[in-house]
Parts: sequence; C-alpha cells; structure tokens
Amino acid sequence: MKIIKKIQTRRGAQLNIKGGAEKVISRTPSSDTFALKPDDFFGTFPKLLKKEGEKIKAGEPIFFSKNQPSVKFVSPVSGVVQTIQRGPRRKIEKIIIANASDDDSVSHDVSTFESMGRDELKSLLLDSGNWPFIHQRPYGTIANPEDTPKAIFVSTYKTSPLCPDFEFILNKEVEAFQDGISILNKLVDQPVFLGTDASHPGIFKEISDVQNYTVAGPHPAGNISLHIQKLAPINMGERVWTVNPEDVANLGRFAKSGKFSPKRTIAITGNAVEHTKYIVTKLGVELQPILDEQTLLYPHNRVINGDVLTGSTASTEGHLGYYNNQISIIPEGNDYRMFGWLPFKDNNILSLSNTSFSRLFKKKGFEVDTNLNGEERALVVTGEMEKVFPLDVFPMQLIKACMIEDIEKMEALGIYEVVPEDFGLIDYANTSKIEAQEIIRQGIELMINEVG
Amino acid sequence: MNALRKQLDALKKPFGKGQKLEKFAPAINAFDTFLFVPNHTTKKGAHIRDAVDLKRTMVTVIIALLPALIYGIYNTGYQYYAQTGESFTFIDAFIHGAWKIVPMIIVSYVVGLSIEFGFAVYRGHEVNEGYLVTGLLIPMIMPVDIPLWMVGISTAFAVLIAKEAFGGTGMNILNPALTARAFAFFAYPTYMSGNKVWVSEAGAVDGISGETILGSLAAGQDVKYSMMQMFQGSIPGSIAETSTLWVAVGALILILTGIGSWRIITGGIIGAAIMGLLFNLWGANALMSFSWMNHLVVGGFAFGIVFMATDPVSAAQTNKGKWIYGILTGIFCIMIRVFNPAYPEGVMLAILLMNVFAPTIDHYVVNGNISKRKKRWINAQELKTA
Repeated sequence: MKIIKKIQTRRGAQLNIKGGAEKVISRTPSSDTFALKPDDFFGTFPKLLKKEGEKIKAGEPIFFSKNQPSVKFVSPVSGVVQTIQRGPRRKIEKIIIANASDDDSVSHDVSTFESMGRDELKSLLLDSGNWPFIHQRPYGTIANPEDTPKAIFVSTYKTSPLCPDFEFILNKEVEAFQDGISILNKLVDQPVFLGTDASHPGIFKEISDVQNYTVAGPHPAGNISLHIQKLAPINMGERVWTVNPEDVANLGRFAKSGKFSPKRTIAITGNAVEHTKYIVTKLGVELQPILDEQTLLYPHNRVINGDVLTGSTASTEGHLGYYNNQISIIPEGNDYRMFGWLPFKDNNILSLSNTSFSRLFKKKGFEVDTNLNGEERALVVTGEMEKVFPLDVFPMQLIKACMIEDIEKMEALGIYEVVPEDFGLIDYANTSKIEAQEIIRQGIELMINEVG
Repeated sequence: MNALRKQLDALKKPFGKGQKLEKFAPAINAFDTFLFVPNHTTKKGAHIRDAVDLKRTMVTVIIALLPALIYGIYNTGYQYYAQTGESFTFIDAFIHGAWKIVPMIIVSYVVGLSIEFGFAVYRGHEVNEGYLVTGLLIPMIMPVDIPLWMVGISTAFAVLIAKEAFGGTGMNILNPALTARAFAFFAYPTYMSGNKVWVSEAGAVDGISGETILGSLAAGQDVKYSMMQMFQGSIPGSIAETSTLWVAVGALILILTGIGSWRIITGGIIGAAIMGLLFNLWGANALMSFSWMNHLVVGGFAFGIVFMATDPVSAAQTNKGKWIYGILTGIFCIMIRVFNPAYPEGVMLAILLMNVFAPTIDHYVVNGNISKRKKRWINAQELKTA
C-alpha cells in the first residue's frame, strides 16, 4: 500500500461522549415499513412515479429529481406505497412503503459490466437507483451525471462523535468494496482517493487500484472537505465526487448481482442507550422496532439520524436516513440550571472552553443532553471557531458573508470547499450559540439558486 | 430551587406569547436567565452544545477585573490618607475608597442597563451581557473625583453613540467603555486632567498633590515614585489602572480561561517595549528618557492592553490580525505619550485609533486567503488551456 499523502491536523476536538457502539452485531428486528425522505437528498425536488396504494418492487423507481430527471430513487424493499406524507405547501416529506418481504426485485443486466464504457455505466447506475450514492462537491448535492469529476474521494476514517467504525462494518465485505472501487474508477480519470486511519489502515490496505492517503487528528479531521482541500482543492467550476464507504460496497454488490443493494449497517449510539451495538438492516428502515429492543436510560430522549453534531431529529414514527450509518439517542435537556452561567460551575457538562474544568476530568465519557446551555446572542467572541476548524478558510468571515448573502464574498472566502457538516463543531463550541450549519446550508442553497 | 422556579414561572406568565406584556419579555427574561440557565433545547444544527455562553464569558471578565478593582478601591483611600498625613488602617482606606467608587459603579450600571433594556424591548431581542463588563469598566477608568453626573452622561453617550447607534452588541467599532472615557476627557477637560482629580478630595483639601506620573513627566517635573511603587500601584491615577500587579493577575485569568486574547496582550507589550526602547535611545526629553520598563507599568497601559484592547468586538478578529493590532496599539500608546504631552494618557487614544483600523487589518489578512484561492483558480485555468 503506497501512501500518497499523510493528512494531519491539530485544529479540532474529539468530544469525549459516553455511548460509543460496542463492536457486536445484534439481531435485526423485522420492520413493517421503509421510507424515503426527500430531505435526505439536499437540493433535490422529487417528482413522484408511484401513487399511494400502488405495488412496488425492490429497486423500482419511486420518484426522480425534477432538476436532474435522469437521477432516479428506488425502493429498498418490495411492497406497496402506503402513504405519501406531505408537509406545508404540499412538500413531500416522506414516502412510506409497506414491506411485503417477498423479495420481488428489479434485476439489471450486469454481465457486460467489465467492458462497459463510462456513459453506458452511468445510465446503468442511474436506472438502477445507484446514482444517489454519489455526491458532489461543491454543495454536497447528488452528483450531476453529466459531469466528469476531477477526483472521487472515499474516506473510511470518521471522527464525528461516537462514529461507527467502517473497518468493523466492512471487514467481511472487502470483495464488494473492491468491486465498488472498480465501478467508481470507470467514472473518473484518475484512481479513486481512499482515506484511511493513519494509525490503523486495517482491511483497507488490501484494496487496490486506489490512491491511498491517511488521516490523523481530532474531529473534523475525518470530514472529507479537509481531504479534498489537501489533495484536490476545488476551484470555481470544478467537481469532486464523494461516496460513503458502505455505499461503495453497495455499488460493488450491484455490479455482481444486478440488484440494487440497500444494505445499511448502523451503530446505535448515545448515552441514553444501555447496550450500544451495531445492527445490519436496509436504508430507510422504520426505527420504532429497533428502538423497542433497546433499553433506554432516560424518560425523554431524542433520536437522531446521524451523529449528535450533524444529524437530524427523527420523529416518533421515524425512519432511518438514506445515508447515515448511525443512530444517536441522547436525553432531552429541557430543565433549568440555577446560576449555570457561573464559570467553573457544572463541570459535568462537557466544554471545550477553559471556563470549565470539565476537560481536566479524564472520565470514560461525558453524559450529554440537548440543552442549549444558554441563549443565542450577537457574535462577540472571536478566535474560537478557528480552533475547531482545520480547513484553510476563515469560518467566521464565511458565516458572516452567508448571513448578508454576499455571493461574491462567499465565493472568494471558499463556499465551494465546505458543506454544512464542517461547521458542526462550530455549532457546538461557539459562545453565542450561532446556528452555523443552518447559515451555511442557506448560503449553499443561495449559491445553487443563483450560480448553480 | 423548584419552589423558586415555580414562582418565577408564575411571575413570567403575563410576559408570555400573546399576553399583555409580551413586549417587555426581554426585560423579565434578563432577570430570569440571571438566576437560571433556561431550559431551551437545540432545535436545529448540532444537538449538543458547549457549557459556555456569553454570560459565562462576561462573568469571567468581571472576575478578572475584580483584583484590580479591589486594589483600586483600597488605593483611593490610601492616596487620600497618605497625602493628608492622617493615620489609617487598611479598612479605613478601603471604606473611603468604596464610599467614592461604589456610587460610580451604581450610576454606570443603572444608566447603561436602562438604555440596554430599553433598546432590547424596542428592538425585540434579548438583553446582551456585554454591558456587564462595560458598566464596570467605565468607573474603573475614570478619575476618582469625577462628579457622578459626568459618569452618567459619559455612560449614556457611550452606550447610545458608540454601541446602539451601530446596531448594538457585536456591531460596535469603538470600545464603548473607552468611548465613555474619551467623551469625558474631551467634554470636560478640566475635570479629567491636571493635578486635582486623581486623588480623592484633592480639590478640597490643601496639601494633596494629585499629579500622575505621566502628568508630572509631561510638565517636566521629577518622578517621586519608585518602579516598585508603580508596579504595585500605590500611585495616583484613574481608579483601577494604577496597579500593574493586579492587572497582571487579571491578565492571567483572561489568558488561562482563553477569554482574553494572549496574542493582543503579548503583541501590545512587545510593541510598547520596542517603542519605549527606541525613545530611550533617542532620549531628547524627560518622557523620552523615561525607562521603557517604567513605561510598561505606569499609567493606563497595562490596564488598557489587558482589558480594553482585548475587547473581541472592537479588536482585530483574525489571529494574525490580533498580533498586528496588539503590536501597533503598544507602539502608538508610547508614541502618543511621548510626542503629545497634552494627552499624557496615550493608551486610550492608541486603542481607539486601532479600533478604527482593526477592520482594515482584518481585511488584509482575509484578503491573503482570498488571493491564495484566486491564484489557485488561475493556475488551474492555465493548466486546462495548456
């Protein structure tokens, strides 16, 4: 394994939170429904292909993207389209499919896969519903099939709080992962960049036809934005694609079987869960049966699709997100703290600031909850965002440019090089409780609308 | 705690959404959040948040100010009794100082907070905590014998013109507390300079000479204090600026907690030391040959660079910019002191001047990043066409 670059950073912070998943795969509870949520596909406006009550096969398209009609989204299971949930202004929020578990699925011809050209492969991936696995930078939207990217990045090194371990998730799937890499290599002019943990490459050192790089450092060192900036920085007009590690294996399985593979291994994490673990299921699965099997330690909990910094709250009838390999369950923190603003009081709350002794405790992990620990205020303190932001971008200046919707300035300050998740730790750490991820997301939406 | 919470919730009822007094909610919330960190949970963005908030940050600054304030109170009494020649104890001196200074603090807080609350209700946002620090800083940098109405007017000017006119907390260009000081200085020069205002009752009691060190240097007189006295702070001057020792304790608190920028403080000391050294080499008059080490411990330099220059809103915001800003503040402070004997207190003008230039410094630092990105883009274009 030849390493082309060792990425190392010190700026950032590894939040010491209780509830990382134990490396055991537990029984998968059966689920009655699966769902696709258009909100999982940032920048996509769905156009439905199926009506409520219609039958659907696994791998059959349910909707496509209005702005990129060739990108189709397929059902992970066979069954019946049960409900199409709409929100305000008839926005489609969720498409729920009742699972028939009869394994009736759409099959594509992949016998000529090895000899396929780039365009032929693209249309196969688009028709089979595999395309949404591929994201693009800038903006973090689903890749535009008409582009040829400058590079494709796959990073198996994650640093987000309580993140799943991809070496554990994929250790029996080296072959599928390798097949997936071969597919991706056909879409780009240079081999895929594969990022691994600097201290422990594990199974990924067996993968060939890739450009290996290693990453070390605290969160957000695992965020792919940093890797792209170090290895193939995005200039105006350029595109870089990214694929999640498990989706690389899903692509590989599709290449062998011709059937859409919706496999999702999720880590059930968080300090509200008594026995954290992994389970293997399919994307979009209903969460309730999974939650029913957990012993939760608090009466009021928040279930988060993803990690505690960047995930989205799952509703009571929630379903697993399309892309996340993690469910975080933490207690709600809607209680008062008397004189909680006194420095060095309440050291049981994890803080990156030196106005608390919490970091001096070498505990096994802190209990966290969803309390805001204060109220939103004007931006006053400077320098704290830079401490947790390893990209060569001025975070506060970029946030301010997004707030005033100054497109030229956003461009100059590097909006093409970031996605909202890079600002997760800034959300967490900033004194004024500014919603940095939300501001950046709105800034990116503005860029998509105005510049494209 | 629960009983108190219940009472508070009952008290807050008429201020709730859709209720009669909804408009005044920011005012009651300010008191409520002073007692309890609210039960708000995260709605979007990260689901967990750091324990730090603006209240905690500002309270840390107040804690850092306390050593200098307490010494300032004692020193006010000490100067008075030492110069009148009466015998006194520590407690006597402290009580005399407190009797002078506590009313100033009350006036500053009452005037400033009333305006802040008014604007919060008018604009419909929560009361920002920044004034907790500003309101304490204003009396701390005033001469002890300044009339209370002047403290009130300066405070009102600073909060209205230097802060709210620019859009409130976080938007101001000038440091509000220094603006109050500058306003008093230029509006009432006779009260703010000369030799009758720096020591308590100096105007009323004969035999008290309230000359500050920089004042007497500018007037060409000898300095009758040792460097140790200057460092320790038993000299006349604005209330809390005199003791470099206790200011240094405050600086330590600010730096260790990460609240004050060590870059600005270090930069300021380096700048002032270099400028002082250069003037020492030149040595054309008494102020120039005043040792550079003395320059660091005398007057308001230490207090200014630790507590005023580090105000994150009016200082430079980028790390590189903070170094430049700090060094230039130090340089200008000594330069104004030496070149302009009419304003022996250079640190106030130096910081205000650098406050104005801070956005420009940041602009150039950020531009470095922008042009790097542009260059990369141009290089990529050239590669494509080649």
